[in-house]
Amino acid sequence: MISSFPPDSVGLVTPRMLRFDEPLPLDCGRTLPGFELIYETYGALNADRSNAILICHALSGDHHAAGYHQADDSKPGWWDTSIGPGKPIDTRHFFVVCCNNLGGCNGSTGPVSINPDTGKPYGPDFPIVTVKDWVRSQARLADHLGITDWAAVIGGSLGGMQAMQWTIDFPDRIRHAVVIAAAPRLSTQNIAFNEVARQAILSDPDFHEGHYYERGVIPRRGLMVARMLGHITYLSDEGMRTKFGRELREGKLNFHFESEFEIESYLRYQGHSFVGRFDANTYLLMTKALDYFDPAADFDNDLAAAFRQAQARCLIISFTSDWRFSSARSREIVKALVAAKRDVSYAEIPSTQGHDAFLMPIPRYFETFTAYMQRVAGEVSHDAILAKT
Amino acid sequence: MPSLLRPDLKIIGDWIRPGSRILDLGCGDGALLAYLREQRQVSGYGLEIDADKITRCIQAGINVIHTDLEAGLSDFDDDSFDYVLMTQTLQTVRHTERLLDEMLRVGREGVVTFPNFGHWRCRLQLALGGRMPVVKTLPHAWYNTPNIHLFTIRDFEQLCRDKGIQLLKCLVLDHAHRLSPGLQLFPNLLGEVALYHLGRP
Repeated sequence: MISSFPPDSVGLVTPRMLRFDEPLPLDCGRTLPGFELIYETYGALNADRSNAILICHALSGDHHAAGYHQADDSKPGWWDTSIGPGKPIDTRHFFVVCCNNLGGCNGSTGPVSINPDTGKPYGPDFPIVTVKDWVRSQARLADHLGITDWAAVIGGSLGGMQAMQWTIDFPDRIRHAVVIAAAPRLSTQNIAFNEVARQAILSDPDFHEGHYYERGVIPRRGLMVARMLGHITYLSDEGMRTKFGRELREGKLNFHFESEFEIESYLRYQGHSFVGRFDANTYLLMTKALDYFDPAADFDNDLAAAFRQAQARCLIISFTSDWRFSSARSREIVKALVAAKRDVSYAEIPSTQGHDAFLMPIPRYFETFTAYMQRVAGEVSHDAILAKT
Repeated sequence: MPSLLRPDLKIIGDWIRPGSRILDLGCGDGALLAYLREQRQVSGYGLEIDADKITRCIQAGINVIHTDLEAGLSDFDDDSFDYVLMTQTLQTVRHTERLLDEMLRVGREGVVTFPNFGHWRCRLQLALGGRMPVVKTLPHAWYNTPNIHLFTIRDFEQLCRDKGIQLLKCLVLDHAHRLSPGLQLFPNLLGEVALYHLGRP
């Protein structure tokens, strides 16, 4: 069966679960007594453990970044376009690690996990986690894997924010950061969109203040609306127009409120399928992590001062049609890195795919990304590869 | 546009103090920055708009920042570089004067190279042929040239004088970017490429 995977796929992968018993202090002031992280790895760690790459996922991502869990999976991991033999993050050179973040709903400790104090799911009692908390937990994962420093930490959107935070919080543990379609902090408008998404969930009668698990329901409508709203911000006006236009599903106006335009049908489909795979409490947490992210805040709102902590060399990439985190936001990051006298390269990629472009194999994007990763690969030892971890 | 050839790399390198911070406007494939990094231990960035050249810089491990120079250098603070370089770029930009100002705002000193439109071949082609000159340093036809501001060495020096920009050093080269002593006698007539080291007003 394995031979049926594309040659540039990492093939079948199996997630691993790791239990951490040492308490994790969180930014909110609370402490997680212990936690679990689910993660996947692709490629092999080299002998001096210098070729490890951490992939950080975005709002609705998880640990399954590449490959397939089963031979008959309809889709590979969420960033399979970029990870695999011959792809920008080339698994012939790198040992790639991706974990589901704390507060997630795909295996790592989060609202759906059992709270050891109550024997019931945490639900809304799960602490609000921040990007810094995630980075701290990812460092624990690196410790466990015997990785003293990452060859690179890479992420798009909220994942790019984690890569930035890594450069500031653990400057001697990250050699390169690749920050794609990100922002140094959310704009007022970004927070406003997140708030509408949260209100959709919070006002759903099935939400029950977050204690919906024990009632056997989920705030389906709220989560669906939140996802539909999010999806609009992931696409560009032009991209939507090209893909859906004003096409009517039945070719005529029906004067009712069922889905008539193709875009309505698309958004409803996206919303529906999301409800089946994502938890509403996690969605609330992830949007808060986005809203709270602000590395400059610890340095008198001076982002350059924050980056003066960093040593990593950085690649920043943005997309012309991304209005959620526009190129201007990436240039703010670049400006601060230059002011901090850090090594940085920046490329703005023409695209019509909006914020979602970071997941797409756009040739210009991949040329830049690949060129950078080949430099990173050139710096790591290609000595005997350790056994697959 | 001819890329930088070794002789002018060396001249520019000789003008630059080791260990300086450099901003290279229109850095192309990063050859100058790579040379200066190796020979003069400089640090800094190249600014480039062409995607293929950006990729080549990244392949070479040169810091490159995708920038449209026409939009100015507002992302860079005053005095943030020891030198701002602009090789074979000044004649391609629309806002020439503003970019010169920006250059010496961001950098304490500047290095500029440009094709000299006052070279005798250009003069001859225009005077006798009645056509816009096409020469080795300006190889494009008038309708497809990226060189939208053509000027002579005397024009450039006049602009610098008007603006109070100091002309610290000047050399002219031939079309193969070679230095020959004879050229310096009548630079505006014999020089095909001009190199200037500029200081703030």
